[in-house]
Amino acid sequence: MEVRVQNVRKEFDRFQALHDVSLDIRSGELIALLGPSGSGKTTLLRLIAGLETPTAGKVFFGDTDASEKTVQERNIGFVFQHYALFRHMTILENISFGLKVRPRSSRPPAGEIRRRAMELLDLVQLSGLEKRYPNQLSGGQRQRVALARALAIEPAVLLLDEPFGALDAQVRRELRKWLREIHDRTGHTTVFVTHDQEEALELSDRLCVMSQGKIEQVGTPDSVYDHPTSPFVFGFIGESSELPVTVENNELWVGGRAIGIPAGDAQPGEARLFFRPHDIELVEADASLAGVVSTSRRVGGTRRVELEIGGGGHHVEVDLPFDHPAGEKTRLAFRPRRWKLFPAK
Amino acid sequence: MSAVVSTAPRRAWSFRQPSVIPGFGLTLGFTLTYFSLIILIPLIALAVRSAGLGPEGFWKAATDARVLGSLRVSFVTALMAAGVNVVFGTLIAWVLVRYRFPGRRIFDAIIDLPFALPTAVAGIALTAIYAPNGTVGVLFAPLGWRIAYTPAGIVIAMIFIGLPFVVRTIQPILEEVSHEVEEASATLGANRFQTITHVIFPSLMPAILTGFALAFARAVGEYGSIIFIAGNIPFVSEIAPLLIYIRLQEYNYVGATVIATVMLMISFALLFAINLIQAWSRRRYGYGN
Repeated sequence: MEVRVQNVRKEFDRFQALHDVSLDIRSGELIALLGPSGSGKTTLLRLIAGLETPTAGKVFFGDTDASEKTVQERNIGFVFQHYALFRHMTILENISFGLKVRPRSSRPPAGEIRRRAMELLDLVQLSGLEKRYPNQLSGGQRQRVALARALAIEPAVLLLDEPFGALDAQVRRELRKWLREIHDRTGHTTVFVTHDQEEALELSDRLCVMSQGKIEQVGTPDSVYDHPTSPFVFGFIGESSELPVTVENNELWVGGRAIGIPAGDAQPGEARLFFRPHDIELVEADASLAGVVSTSRRVGGTRRVELEIGGGGHHVEVDLPFDHPAGEKTRLAFRPRRWKLFPAK
Repeated sequence: MSAVVSTAPRRAWSFRQPSVIPGFGLTLGFTLTYFSLIILIPLIALAVRSAGLGPEGFWKAATDARVLGSLRVSFVTALMAAGVNVVFGTLIAWVLVRYRFPGRRIFDAIIDLPFALPTAVAGIALTAIYAPNGTVGVLFAPLGWRIAYTPAGIVIAMIFIGLPFVVRTIQPILEEVSHEVEEASATLGANRFQTITHVIFPSLMPAILTGFALAFARAVGEYGSIIFIAGNIPFVSEIAPLLIYIRLQEYNYVGATVIATVMLMISFALLFAINLIQAWSRRRYGYGN
């Protein structure tokens, strides 16, 4: 089922949580709502679910206007960060709850409910635990039960609110892979909220980057990573270094030196240069960014070096091979391989 | 835990578990002494005193028609009052936790007043209101319903003094029932009523049972407010605590202790049963986790 969010605004008291947000979610895709806390991502998810009502705007499920429908009528699967399992019910009862509360006319027979719940338990790899209670399971297992419970009602859309937020890093990585598998197998349209960019990049078909109640950019992980359309997205997704530059004579200048980067169609004047620390090359040329190493740290397979550029006290980070001999006070010259220019603030 | 136990060399069972918290001996000693002085010794004295009659005499005193009548009045009215309190106390706790309205804090504070009010004052006030010519009694008098000076009056007084126990035990648990669980229930298609009966109510059950037990125990032991409103007619509205007092005034100390002992045994049996149910539900629902 495709979901269309149309010019939605949401205010809490007088606080603007979402400003005029529109988003098209394609049928069967796995889309991540990514942003720092307070960016409105959870609010947007809850609006789609019907757990909040928009101040203005509409939400469509397919061609039907879901804004008029209650949570119960929307037929969505919602997974909460803290599982929200029914602790007085066994795992099996938890999973079959959504089918058991249906009105008699649409409720499957008891045997069928049990069969489906057992099937889902198998899907989430928890067979044999159906008689346990939630407090007898680990966090990762509980979240799988929560997913099985949400899938039991055959939801039109699956919504996950920071589903791995309460789990430790190891379990989180496992469940990420596993969620992707489940999605590929069941094909539900899935929206999940996360503040973890690594999770979003690895897991989603498309990302929707949000900041301060607005959508900054929507696209595939590759396009968002390689072609960020705003300084915020460049800074938020992946590692980035930023440097104030001057545009003059179709070239970029730092501290009165041309740095060997063409300005393209940028307007003359002040601008902000963004690049990825790992996406640089060391050069011998005069026209380059040159600086003195102020700190140097070994990060896994590379050496992260902080350079002081020019006399302005500007610092940028670049990655060098881990066996590069650069130490403190070493002078280095480099040029970013790929970069992006944004107008000054 | 079990893994740790199995790998460690087996030691003789020790009374004291190794712990980083000091003062085990001191605190246990204090607890036992205090418990003995305040609760155990008086209760044992009561049992010893009543046992002085011998089994036959005890049985005879305990099955005296007036004694049985008063015990029946006490326990039946206390159960009814606790039952009513559980229903309306839960409702009040729900309103106090879930809704924000002007005067909520004052209302919340008023709930505790029955704790503090001298029970005789409460009894006199309730009698004045529920008497056939009282503010509320007037409404029921034309229907032929008498509240004051009947067992109904006893129930009303017991409801009054027991209400805070129910509200105060359920309130914190209700605050803890996470909003997310209700939302989860709604997203799964459950309507409001199903969410309450299937999700919220079961998780409140242990607290409701505790509230019931406390309100019941308080009502059984209540004396001050009831004697004003009950009318105290033997076999009809005479409660066991009053009969104990009457026996004492007759210098029939043994008779008084016999009634007290019987009350104690019945109360203990009921409270113990409620505790067992609670322990079972707590284990099952995994509270504190």
